[in-house]
Amino acid sequence: MIRSRLDKELQDLNTEMLAMGAMCEKAIQLADKGLMEGNTFAASQAVTLENEIRQKGKSVEALCLRMLLLQQPMASDLRAVSAALKMITDMARIGEIASDMSEIITSMDGRLGILSINDMAAKTSEMVSDVINAFVHQDTELARRVINADDEVDQLFLKTRSDIIEKIIQSPDDGAYAVDLVMISKYYEKIGDHAVNIAGWVIYSITGEQAA
Amino acid sequence: MPAISVTNLNLWYGSFQALKNVSLDMQERQITALIGPSGCGKSTFLKCLNRMNDLVGGCRVEGSIRIGETEINQPGGDLSDLRRRVGMVFQKPNPFAMSIYENVAYGPMVHGEKDPHVLNGIVEQSLRKAALFDEVKDRLHKPALGLSGGQAQRLCIARALAVQPEILLMDEPTSALDPIATAKIEELSLQLAKEYSIVIVTHNMQQAMRISDRTAFFLLGELIEANDTETLFSHPACRKTEEYITGRFG
Repeated sequence: MIRSRLDKELQDLNTEMLAMGAMCEKAIQLADKGLMEGNTFAASQAVTLENEIRQKGKSVEALCLRMLLLQQPMASDLRAVSAALKMITDMARIGEIASDMSEIITSMDGRLGILSINDMAAKTSEMVSDVINAFVHQDTELARRVINADDEVDQLFLKTRSDIIEKIIQSPDDGAYAVDLVMISKYYEKIGDHAVNIAGWVIYSITGEQAA
Repeated sequence: MPAISVTNLNLWYGSFQALKNVSLDMQERQITALIGPSGCGKSTFLKCLNRMNDLVGGCRVEGSIRIGETEINQPGGDLSDLRRRVGMVFQKPNPFAMSIYENVAYGPMVHGEKDPHVLNGIVEQSLRKAALFDEVKDRLHKPALGLSGGQAQRLCIARALAVQPEILLMDEPTSALDPIATAKIEELSLQLAKEYSIVIVTHNMQQAMRISDRTAFFLLGELIEANDTETLFSHPACRKTEEYITGRFG
């Protein structure tokens, strides 16, 4: 292992992870913009972004495999590289989810979302941002806050669900719209779960303890 | 009961203290790896385990080293018996300038075995255990100095096994070997650990990870950390261990 080269590659890894995390955040925000403003262009950008996120994931994966092969990292270095390899799978999944959501949004004929879904988008976007910062700054406290924030997302999901039920009662003929909203809110709830998975790997990277 | 139990071991070469209050248990039928930068005391520690340091002028050792029930670190012990029980393999293969057969038979003969049938059996069995028999069975009476480096090292292992030891000490046994010969010795070590307790000094951390059950990290004569190998290399408890195995010094 050549320490100076490994340090440089670990820095590159952090930069790439930050970039991939920022892309995931943006995908969530674009989907939210599409839903809350009826902006189908924004939603279509989220679909395009999925491909970029996947490509970024592949380049991070190649970097990690190269480091494992050529530098044979140990201890905290090994944990950082192996955690990054696991994290990119969840991040790529977030990109896919944002894309799937956006496809639904573009087919909603400009119908807008409801406030509680907007809150879910804001919360999950914040979780993704926080968890990548936790990785880069090796901050277990922040990673644990992300894990705890998932309870808020779950509560928001329940609230969204009752709001949608209320809408169904008020307009029983508007079933397709209600189903779209339920699916979108469930997608956000899944993004929260992926952020929690990532937080688990961040904690592993710092402490060596694997989440149960 | 551990195969070897070392307690509060201190060693001086003249006025220089090379080992400082080292306590370490090494378990039966396990491979314990000793790692650390050059001059950290790991080879000195290894040599204490069969009192090789007795041969070094000005060397003084204090503390307890128990092999099974026997306290070995006291004057008057039976050194010949100790070195039968605790065999040693060195960095550079050092076959005697004799035939392959004589190299292996030498130890048992020194210990009084004269029956040629018994010696034949010991030689074959030892060479088999050292994964060398099939390669040399047709030239047992040819000079051992004609063997390749890897074969010569396995011959040295066979020579150590011939006197039925309990423990094998290996001091960087593959540092002079190519990757294929190294892989053979590593595989052999894993096989031998089913019957013997092995303590190995290595500079190759990947080797320690591949073959050892426990790893002990030495620095400047102190034992910094000993733990099961996976834990020590994935999340070491001490910052110094972390810094060493991640290449920040050493």
